[in-house]
Amino acid sequence: MEPVIHATPYLGWVYPNETIFEWSVLIAVYPYLTGLVAGAFTVSSLYQVFGFQRLKPVAHLALLTSLCFMVFVPTPLLLHLGHPERAFNATLTPHWTSAMAAFGYFASFYVVLLILETWFAYRPFIIEQAQKRAGLLGTFYRVLTLGSYDVSAKAIAYDQKWILWLAITGIPAAHGLHGYVGFMYGSLKSREWWSSDLMPVIFLFSAIISGVSLLVVLYAASCKLRKIPIDVDCVKGLAYTIWGFIMIAIVLEALAFANLVYKGREGIEMILQYVTGPLLIPYFLLQFAIGLMLPFFWLSYMIWRGTTGRAMITGVTICSCLVLFSVFMMRWNVVIGGQEISKTGKGLLIYHMFIGGKEGALVAIALTLAPLVALLGLSWLFPPWIHGTVSSRVAAVGEH
Amino acid sequence: MKEEDRNPSQAARREFLSKLGRVATCAGAVVGAAGLGVVSNASGKSEPASEPASFPTKDYDWTQHDWAFGVDATKCIGCLRCVEACKRENNVPANAHQFRTWVERYVYLEGEEAVHIDSQQDPVNIEASGSQKEFRFANRYKDAKVEKAFFVPKLCNQCTHPACVQVCPVGATYRTKDGVVLIDHDYCIGCRYCVQACPYGARYFDEERGVSDKCTWCYHRITKGLQPACVEVCPVGARVFGDRRDHQSPISLFIRNNRVQVLRPESGNAPNVFYVGIDKEVN
Repeated sequence: MEPVIHATPYLGWVYPNETIFEWSVLIAVYPYLTGLVAGAFTVSSLYQVFGFQRLKPVAHLALLTSLCFMVFVPTPLLLHLGHPERAFNATLTPHWTSAMAAFGYFASFYVVLLILETWFAYRPFIIEQAQKRAGLLGTFYRVLTLGSYDVSAKAIAYDQKWILWLAITGIPAAHGLHGYVGFMYGSLKSREWWSSDLMPVIFLFSAIISGVSLLVVLYAASCKLRKIPIDVDCVKGLAYTIWGFIMIAIVLEALAFANLVYKGREGIEMILQYVTGPLLIPYFLLQFAIGLMLPFFWLSYMIWRGTTGRAMITGVTICSCLVLFSVFMMRWNVVIGGQEISKTGKGLLIYHMFIGGKEGALVAIALTLAPLVALLGLSWLFPPWIHGTVSSRVAAVGEH
Repeated sequence: MKEEDRNPSQAARREFLSKLGRVATCAGAVVGAAGLGVVSNASGKSEPASEPASFPTKDYDWTQHDWAFGVDATKCIGCLRCVEACKRENNVPANAHQFRTWVERYVYLEGEEAVHIDSQQDPVNIEASGSQKEFRFANRYKDAKVEKAFFVPKLCNQCTHPACVQVCPVGATYRTKDGVVLIDHDYCIGCRYCVQACPYGARYFDEERGVSDKCTWCYHRITKGLQPACVEVCPVGARVFGDRRDHQSPISLFIRNNRVQVLRPESGNAPNVFYVGIDKEVN
């Protein structure tokens, strides 16, 4: 008979119950998706709240990306639960001392906020489509108008006010949500690798760079697919954003690691053995050197040399891909790495990721790509590249 | 977990939901009746909620006890009867990876600084026992020069400030008034945050039931006046259990007559398993 459980190989001394690896790759995917949400929303806010005009071409894309990824954030958690049908227990009877208890509220609030902001942002477009289209799709847009066809200057100004305030509220909501994910790990005192006060901010800044990088890649890909020129200024703006935040992300990560080593508390020998052994490539090479330092130096070089045009776009896109990879590695190194170091401080476990199964690699990949498929569908219904020209068009239609 | 181990808060929750149901039914009836122009007095009377069944065992009052556990490592011979008894008593999965209690072996060899630690789940030991249901320590050091060696039984510390209870998002795990940390298996969502939070590795996840599980000091037994299964079967009295409120109980005497220590006191969890005869390497 196939064993129900799969034991994890280990070295040294580990507690017997630790030989079953409890948090799989899905738990690494979960903060990765949440981070992309927070990062993408940052871009949207930079345009909506802080008036970064050069980010206008990606402002709507950022909003839709944030929404699509947010919808999928709970899926890895649900798949991981022993009793997913009881998931709502956490919202019905939250146990407030738990760092996990407020997740349902945070996540629901943020999804509602995103839906509202998207609706206001697309209202003129929805009205235009509702008036123009017939059939099922027309009905879909007509339902979405919620009975309001008012696109007067006053109504649009009112919408703008809502968008602004929703975007302002969304900044602490998105970043709070992700900082909170970091707190879930940082607040656990059972694992030295996790137990860091810096964990929430590390998560936050890595989230921002990952979300902005995702938008660079999505924007470049969408322009290629639509066969339209890429707005160099916009890509430059995104590159500056990544460059600014990547510095903070690097410094925070380095500080956390330095703190851990310098304090040298119980179990540090095993941690050092781990980071210089099994974690050498995933942590120092993939996450730090290739994923963070290389893009940082490359972006610095391009900014210093004033690189522009195709070279800049290619460079920024490659850097973004590296950052996306690095941030995933960071999630992996935290979630999986933390469990690979035994609580005994005297042993190491070796996580073996299954290809198939409920918590295998295929499901993890599918869950990471699913929001992109959703984004493709949503972009068809709500094209993110219409930017403000709609309202005037709809107004013109309204006058006739 | 046994039926009687359930949380009284669950009973309160049920009562609340049942009241809510009655209120909803009554409200529906009133609205319906008002719609017909006949306002009945159906909502005027409601039966008092039935008293929850005596918890967890009839006539047992959990405010009258303060359970604690002692381990005398100098007595343990590593026979592992406790581990097997626990598995049988509590339906712990019959494998070599999930335990409510386990025994650790510490061996210092001559000329070596590092201690050798293993437990019954070690593949060498499993090979020696030839089964994942019966356990024994392989005689792996018979040809070595042993300087010092001892066994340390481990189990849930039923902490006064349990990290596992703190992190449970639904309150499915809780500390009883008599000092035992229990899990409501009918309410646990299986997120395993508690498994991660326990610094002692005392919790495991039961894949078949989809819930976390751990030692309860055999709560279903101690509330009936019995000893935990592991204490009952220990042939050398290495495991001591009792009520701290009774000053002549075995545990009170154990704590009073020995210099006891707890595991990982720096965690702030305030464990309630007291050890005698352990070494600096034990945590």
